Amino acid sequence: MGQLKNFTKGFIKENPVFVLLLGLCPALGVTTSAFNGLGMGLATTFVLVSSNIVVSLIKNLIPSKVRIPSFIVVIASFVTITDLVMEAYLPALFESLGLFIPLIVVNCLVMGRAEAFASKNNTGSAIVDGLGMGLGFSFALTLLGGVREILGAGEFFGMSLFAGDGMLVFVLAPGAFIGLGYLVALNNIVKNKLG
Amino acid sequence: MAKRESTFVNMVVTLLLVAMAASFTLATVYNLTKEPIERAREEARQAAIALVLPEFDELRSINLMPITGSDSLNFNLGYKDGNLVGIAVATYTPMGYSGRIRAMVGFTPEGKIIDVVHLEHAETPGLGDKIEKGKSDWSDQFQGFDPRTQDLRLRTDGGEIDGITAATITARAYSDAIDRAFQTFMANQESIINKRGE
Repeated sequence: MGQLKNFTKGFIKENPVFVLLLGLCPALGVTTSAFNGLGMGLATTFVLVSSNIVVSLIKNLIPSKVRIPSFIVVIASFVTITDLVMEAYLPALFESLGLFIPLIVVNCLVMGRAEAFASKNNTGSAIVDGLGMGLGFSFALTLLGGVREILGAGEFFGMSLFAGDGMLVFVLAPGAFIGLGYLVALNNIVKNKLG
Repeated sequence: MAKRESTFVNMVVTLLLVAMAASFTLATVYNLTKEPIERAREEARQAAIALVLPEFDELRSINLMPITGSDSLNFNLGYKDGNLVGIAVATYTPMGYSGRIRAMVGFTPEGKIIDVVHLEHAETPGLGDKIEKGKSDWSDQFQGFDPRTQDLRLRTDGGEIDGITAATITARAYSDAIDRAFQTFMANQESIINKRGE
């Protein structure tokens, strides 16, 4: 598989949220606004790339029966590092994203890529895969967050689009499922068009 | 390099090494970031004090135990030309939807609320985080609120504070935090006002 294909597959063809349906817990939970979605996506991308690198480096040293606990420790360490470093050096960003960072540990996407890709491929491919999947995840979360923010609050990235309250249901949990359902359908149409 | 066999010794040693490497890395990062994190928190605290107090040129800090609750509250007494102009109280509530909420409440020496700003919370993004000043103007209703004559509870509970749609627990917790600061302030009002003479 070419590295370009490896990278772009995360956006439409194997989009972690719309096609693989992985990492739905943070995807549904934090996407109340486009900014939250983007922030969560980028933080996840960082953890994904870092853990993919480490997992692909140590893949031959880990006996296969204990690979899952080992990968979880690696991922959890990177999440904690992200948490601490962000609070120390980017307090403003931490203020708005700090809530979501610990959620990354339970993101199946990170674990899934470590298990399905990084543990079977070399470091270079693992980095590209992490980047592609992470950015695809960010793209999906920003899109879902944007839809919910526009319909639910009448705002986009905090800018007011129209007066009034919007449809509250889109900010609440059911709106996440409704929005996600339509976006999955839309993604399927696009994917079929692309062949 | 071939994959290592899943023998008992191999598995134990691997997990041990992975855990040790992780703990070592985390301990290192924790030590490196400890000071910057404390500095950032202190800056946030100072900024919050400046926000809820009128202009002051001297600040004194004392800790007082609240009537209810397990931890002391940090009272910051602001003076201007030697006169007490306001008291900023770092307060908390255990009643948050997701853990403890911490807030800074500014009072006039008489006990009227000047302003409130949150310090730390883990409430639901998009719903409970409306207590943040940047997210909504919900907390503005506390400006000029006088808990001596007005009821600090939510309207749902018979008080005079508007709740937050879909985040009643958070709003109730926030007014509980403010109430804790107010009650403790009232219980110690005399000694706080006379602090200067000591």
